[in-house]
Amino acid sequence: MSVDKDTVAHIAKLARLRMDPEKTEAMAGELSQILGWIEQLQEVDTEGVAPMTSVAQMKLPLREDEVTDGGYPEDVLRNAPESLQGFYVVPKVVE
Amino acid sequence: MSLIQGETGDWEVIIGLEIHAQIISRSKLFSGASTAFGSAPNSQVSLVDAAMPGMLPVLNRECVAQAVRTGLGLKAHINLVSVFERKNYFYPDLPQGYQISQYQTPVVGEGVITIDLPDGSSRDIGIERLHMEQDAGKSLHDQDPNKTFVDLNRSGVALMEIVSKPDMRSAEEAGAYIRKLRSILRYLGTCDGNMDEGSMRCDVNLSVRRPGEELGTRTETKNVNSVRFVQQAIDYEARRQVELLESGGRVILETRLFDARKGESRSMRSKEEAHDYRYFPDPDLLPLEIEQAWVDELGANLPELPDEKKARFIKDYGLTPYDASVLVAEQANAAFFETVLGDGGKRDPKLVSNWVTVNFFGALNASGLDLGDAPVSAEQLGGLIDLIADGTISGRIAKEVFEEMWATGKDAATIVEEKGLKQITDTGEIEAIVDKVIAENPDQAEQFRSGDNPKVIGWFVGQVMKASQGKANPGMVNQLLKDKLGG
Amino acid sequence: MTSELTRLTLAEARDALAKGDFSARELTEAHVSAMEAARDLNSFIVETPEKALEGADEADKRRAKGEARTLEGLPLAIKDLFCTRDVQTTAGSRILEGFAPPYESTVTQKLWDDGALMLGKTNLDEFAMGSSNMTSYYGGVENPWKREGDNHKLVPGGSSGGSATAVAGRLALGATGTDTGGSIRQPAAFTGITGMKPTYGRCSRWGIVAFASSLDQAGPMARSVRDCALLLRSMCGHDPKDSTSVDMPVPDFEAALTGDVRGLRVGIPKEYRVDGMSEEIDSLWQQGIDWLKAAGAEVHDISLPHTQYALPTYYIIAPAEASSNLARYDGVRYGQRGEGYDNLEQMYEATRGTGFGDEVKRRLLIGTYVLSAGYYDAYYNKARQVRSLIAQDFTKAYEAVDVILTPTAPSAAFAMGDKMDDPVAMYLNDVFTVPASLAGLPGVSLPAGLSSDGLPLGLQLLGRPFDEETVLRSAGVLEEAAAFTAEPASLS
Repeated sequence: MSVDKDTVAHIAKLARLRMDPEKTEAMAGELSQILGWIEQLQEVDTEGVAPMTSVAQMKLPLREDEVTDGGYPEDVLRNAPESLQGFYVVPKVVE
Repeated sequence: MSLIQGETGDWEVIIGLEIHAQIISRSKLFSGASTAFGSAPNSQVSLVDAAMPGMLPVLNRECVAQAVRTGLGLKAHINLVSVFERKNYFYPDLPQGYQISQYQTPVVGEGVITIDLPDGSSRDIGIERLHMEQDAGKSLHDQDPNKTFVDLNRSGVALMEIVSKPDMRSAEEAGAYIRKLRSILRYLGTCDGNMDEGSMRCDVNLSVRRPGEELGTRTETKNVNSVRFVQQAIDYEARRQVELLESGGRVILETRLFDARKGESRSMRSKEEAHDYRYFPDPDLLPLEIEQAWVDELGANLPELPDEKKARFIKDYGLTPYDASVLVAEQANAAFFETVLGDGGKRDPKLVSNWVTVNFFGALNASGLDLGDAPVSAEQLGGLIDLIADGTISGRIAKEVFEEMWATGKDAATIVEEKGLKQITDTGEIEAIVDKVIAENPDQAEQFRSGDNPKVIGWFVGQVMKASQGKANPGMVNQLLKDKLGG
Repeated sequence: MTSELTRLTLAEARDALAKGDFSARELTEAHVSAMEAARDLNSFIVETPEKALEGADEADKRRAKGEARTLEGLPLAIKDLFCTRDVQTTAGSRILEGFAPPYESTVTQKLWDDGALMLGKTNLDEFAMGSSNMTSYYGGVENPWKREGDNHKLVPGGSSGGSATAVAGRLALGATGTDTGGSIRQPAAFTGITGMKPTYGRCSRWGIVAFASSLDQAGPMARSVRDCALLLRSMCGHDPKDSTSVDMPVPDFEAALTGDVRGLRVGIPKEYRVDGMSEEIDSLWQQGIDWLKAAGAEVHDISLPHTQYALPTYYIIAPAEASSNLARYDGVRYGQRGEGYDNLEQMYEATRGTGFGDEVKRRLLIGTYVLSAGYYDAYYNKARQVRSLIAQDFTKAYEAVDVILTPTAPSAAFAMGDKMDDPVAMYLNDVFTVPASLAGLPGVSLPAGLSSDGLPLGLQLLGRPFDEETVLRSAGVLEEAAAFTAEPASLS
């Protein structure tokens, strides 16, 4: 499997990663190498094998419906690069 | 089948609805922060809701119970194993960069909702699935010309997404579907159904086709948040698609955003193209496994739902399907009706139904009050109806008494007593008034006696009632007039 | 005296504190001095000496009152992947520079609750993605070891390279690490120390910056098996805040070190004799087999047929999960926001484009790719199926054996700068550690010998799920037989 520059640019867009054009080229080569190596999985016979979600052999725990958290907006906001009047602030979103 | 007429013939509209309903719970789906509405920004946000590094979700049992209850209320299949997956996309009010949702394996499968149409008929609309997911936070775009403000109080609140099959054919049916779903959710206590506060939000999937032909390409109109807007959005989109097709165009699969102010929608296609949600099972959560015994227990404790109640009202009380469906739409209204009806249904159901739906709800609507705030209680209304039933007052006087009750909050009997509104049933007393009226109006009496104008008797009844200030028993007045005028 | 204190094992220091041979303050001062003297190694991203010394005084007071806890006054290094309250936590990334969590990870909280002290936060590969510690935004870490007669700087392995170096260089008595595909065991082997990855679910993941959620596990790194047992007991235990944390009693792992492996069945997987494995690794492995046999264990050849597919499986699953786990670093709520943007999309791309380094970007791209429309089944789902087969291999093997013995890494530590231009060659470092990670099994690496040029080499023992006790017991026997006493160049 080889990926080209356009594919890398498309995935980079999905992952919100700004890439320099010359890096994109190099990255396409590296990704192709890695994906080529990963390709060997196709030779494994997985007919009827259930895909693994977790190795944890337990049931999903459920918690009781109680208010036990929240109420500390200053903690929530104190690491924010930009905040105002108790809100996080980002560049204007144009819908 | 309701069709819309285009320039070139008839078109059938195919509608499916996706409804996001906020689950009633104290805390969020995966965190212990409160779900209360209207708090200061970011005050109901846990570290989990703000997606701080290393934070992990833990599932709220009650939210699962609520989803299962809703599934049972929709007569749907409950999946004992379901899987939470991550839906990946970037947005400022989506802190994790993904929404935890259920994708391939939802907790609830296929079910059905019976909708009630204005002509009294009913129709079944299929439910495709119901799944749980996290709500996003709120982005405020109008606080600053260059900035968007983000409040995460809603981030992580539990939602149910309820997806219908494409079974609806008109805006009217869609409206009936939403009203009925809301009614069921409110009966179950799983969602308050408050569309103004965003507890219920609706996306409309719509396509058109020539009757009998294959399904056309559909569009999804998002963010339609009242029954009226849903109907507007449907009319707008159906018309748009028909005009497009008739002018030789093609409908494209796209997401559209509804603008309530204009009653129109516009394409969001440019944004949608970039989306590839990359769903995969959330590795922080194992598959959700629930026991059949627990599902059974939840089922055994469900309240009587609108359809069952309606059937009972028709069967036990002899109500018309229309009256019954009006009464059961809201659980509180139905309960009010049954309280007025009295223990063991001791009052006349038809009389009670009429008074509750016409007079009482009419006054409630006119005054803009909620049932709980009404100045007249169910017991008081029952008291009024008893006075009608035992002939103490006439139906006409009763309306007057009811108005007084609404204004003062007094009991019917007190008002009747204070105002001396008790019906006159004493023959002698009525006879005296009848004699007086006949004596004062010889011309009219002659018209009747001569047979020239037999309808003048009605005029006499009116005069007698007026003279008795409406208190004379109308049946007795009628009879006495006929006797005296020599009928 | 000072340097003598830093040469003690954790258990020795604990016992000496209990006897009153020295105070926690003296012990901590010795380590703070060592830490400051060894800054060239770049082991720590943040040093917290005041915190440690303040804690040491508290510890001495407690001990005087007879209220000493199990790790009272013992100074540790904490991998900078554990969130620590009000102390910068970066995950080795620029994107989290300056981030001061308003919370403490469950694992570190447990250590503090037992009296341990924090010397500082150790360097690591960015977001724990690497096997060299060269991908850290805060610079590479230098291995305290050097090849004989060769002054080239070597890598400590990764991703827990700073923790490994702190322990090997006698800067801390012990350290926390995390292991996703070998990030505790491989650096332990490269630096001549002991490191343990417990069973998935033993230690809470709450408050540890996530790399790959289905694989990440915290574990101890120290200079003896006993020290690891001691630390592990404090670190693990059920946490209701982590839905994958197992609700099981925590054994007294130290008590498991009986030194008796008679009748223990040890499996030797033939698939681990990979192409290109050095002769000396092979012979060290044989040596390990002989030691265990000599101690009375039975040795059996076993087969783990899907071993060769473990690495490619890992390099689909881990990046896929990471691509989603790292989506939260968007410059909105914490950490660094990029510069030079006119709108939201540009803000995201600037933040993530400049905040993440090349290896992280590489893995985010792979992860995004394998989950994207049209590739999910061919890559991600296929990998999950193969993962099931790999786990089944182990389940079957454990019907016949109690532990599995393998080398930890295919080579000794390599030079800084090597393999940087060949990602796949770098990934091959984890060939022996990744399969157990995929199966969620406990594993320990301990130093068992030296390479021909004088670098430490590790052996790995793997156990059944939640049978850390057997793993530690076997490791204790190997440790005694190997009698590894060599010291890194930095100490001479």
